[in-house]
Amino acid sequence: MAQIIQGNAYVLGDNIDTDQIIPARHLVYNLDDPKERKWYGAHALSGVPEKEAGLPSGYNPFVLKGKNRSDYSIIVAGKNFGCGSSREHAPVALQMAGVRVIVAISYARIFYRNSVDGGFLIPLECKNEIFKQIETGEEIEIQCDTNRLIHKESGKQYTLKPLGEVSEIIHAGGIFEYARKHHMLK
Amino acid sequence: MTITEKILAKHAGKSFVEPGDTVWVDVDVLMTHDVCGPGTIGIFKKQFGDRARVWDREKVVIIPDHYIFTDDPYAKRNMKILRQFVAEQDLCHYYDAGSDRYKGVCHVALAEEGFTRPGEVLFGTDSHTCTAGAFGQFATGIGNTDAGFILGTGKLWVKVPETMLFILEGKLPPYIMAKDVILKIIGDIGVDGATYRTMEFTGDGVHSMNMEERMTLCNMVIEAGAKNGLISPDQTTIDFVESKSNHLLKLVENDRDCKYVSSRSYKSSELEPVVAQPYSPKNIESAKNLWNVRLDRCYIGSCTGGKITDLIAAANILKGHTVKVRTAVVPATTQVEKALGNEEIDGISLKEIFLNACVEIGPPSCAACLGGPKDTFGRLNGNEVCISTTNRNFPGRMGSPESRTFLSSPLTVAASALTGRITDPRAFL
Repeated sequence: MAQIIQGNAYVLGDNIDTDQIIPARHLVYNLDDPKERKWYGAHALSGVPEKEAGLPSGYNPFVLKGKNRSDYSIIVAGKNFGCGSSREHAPVALQMAGVRVIVAISYARIFYRNSVDGGFLIPLECKNEIFKQIETGEEIEIQCDTNRLIHKESGKQYTLKPLGEVSEIIHAGGIFEYARKHHMLK
Repeated sequence: MTITEKILAKHAGKSFVEPGDTVWVDVDVLMTHDVCGPGTIGIFKKQFGDRARVWDREKVVIIPDHYIFTDDPYAKRNMKILRQFVAEQDLCHYYDAGSDRYKGVCHVALAEEGFTRPGEVLFGTDSHTCTAGAFGQFATGIGNTDAGFILGTGKLWVKVPETMLFILEGKLPPYIMAKDVILKIIGDIGVDGATYRTMEFTGDGVHSMNMEERMTLCNMVIEAGAKNGLISPDQTTIDFVESKSNHLLKLVENDRDCKYVSSRSYKSSELEPVVAQPYSPKNIESAKNLWNVRLDRCYIGSCTGGKITDLIAAANILKGHTVKVRTAVVPATTQVEKALGNEEIDGISLKEIFLNACVEIGPPSCAACLGGPKDTFGRLNGNEVCISTTNRNFPGRMGSPESRTFLSSPLTVAASALTGRITDPRAFL
């Protein structure tokens, strides 16, 4: 896990459900086929209503038409990110679009677990409503070792919550790597 | 300890656990379907090798149900992946689409086939796996990676949840269904009101419900963020499970001094038929206050609203009338579909009642509950307003991003189908 992650923020509100992250009609693509797996990136966050796509202005498509990757690698969001369906295609879609870290006030538990156990991305929690203070497209830096988010232009710093007990799984790279490290798997 | 704590302790080989503990539990049943099965299989093969065997071929249950009646070539390809894996591994419990064994919606099929057993641990690659908490089983949804891990090891880590208690006092009046109760609760505690927690339901209002209504109650705990739902097993549970399974029942009871993180009571007689407005299951309003909402579509189906109890409730209202807006009924499983022909009200079969009311009946599957491929039966393909017995009304959930979905009980959907507006079912009872 990288200690410092820099990128442009994509800002979303509360209760971003997994149908918005990857609409159900796309769930037919084969996750084990490298070509089809890229299509998940192309459709990541395509279910977010246009006026809420990339706050505060909205109307910012997360991935441009015809592309598989997003210009944004850090998602900043409100409460209960990833609620709804247990589809692991959701964290995969975000990862395939280039997202490395999410900073949200809270997560729905299955999305959180899938992100951690699959090693797809780092789901960080924040104490304040950072999503109301940062705008889509702004450059931010996440310092994982000190649990800080830095708004590059202003230099303003925000405190993030420590990862806690799942940090071992995240550092290992996922549940399989964690289990191997602890000799639970051959 | 609570029932949930006791089940997790036993499956972790411990005499005691408490909320917040992380434990590795032995899994009794792993369920997957056509949407998450192929990805789960891919992870299993990548991690354990192409020639690896699953940990226990009798504990893996594969129930295709999502994208069954579609011409989508990718969906058809995914079914082949399932078929091939089942053959390779010689799995015991596969309910192939197109075969006599085909069932339909996995959560209802699991109960019909006797996999929802008290005291056991069930994981499924579907968030509504929590439905089986109705049987006193610890049941929760997981992703492909966790399911792939279980396929190879039979184990998974779980954080022991705190338990919230919900008490329902008094038998439900005839115009209230379990759906109204759970929507009311979600409206009160919010869509993250139970995150990481168990929602346990008790009281004579709950224990006077049949198993299908209890399943509806537990089905939607995920809409409040809960890890699992739970109802303590009683004679109704035992009778149901013993009629479906020859496994020895592991009945688990709450300790008298078990700890709940919160407790809320509801009086059945004070409940009203309610509706969740777009785009969240927590946007609750009394059905009677939404008469101004004009509808384009009505939908009766899914794990939460397509069981036989749900269809009998709808038929009671639709009998002898004609719907004013396009209305679809999708029985959850082939067993429910069969019952449409056998169950009668005043000598008329449910099927006849629906057809006489000009309702379209689709084949058993998840169908339009989650939109799916464009040719899915009942899918909302434009800016339609729909009232539905399903469990989610997120933006675009039933298909088109321009559509709007209201959620309610089958009684309220049926009453609304007769008027073309959101209608309190008491008008027809």
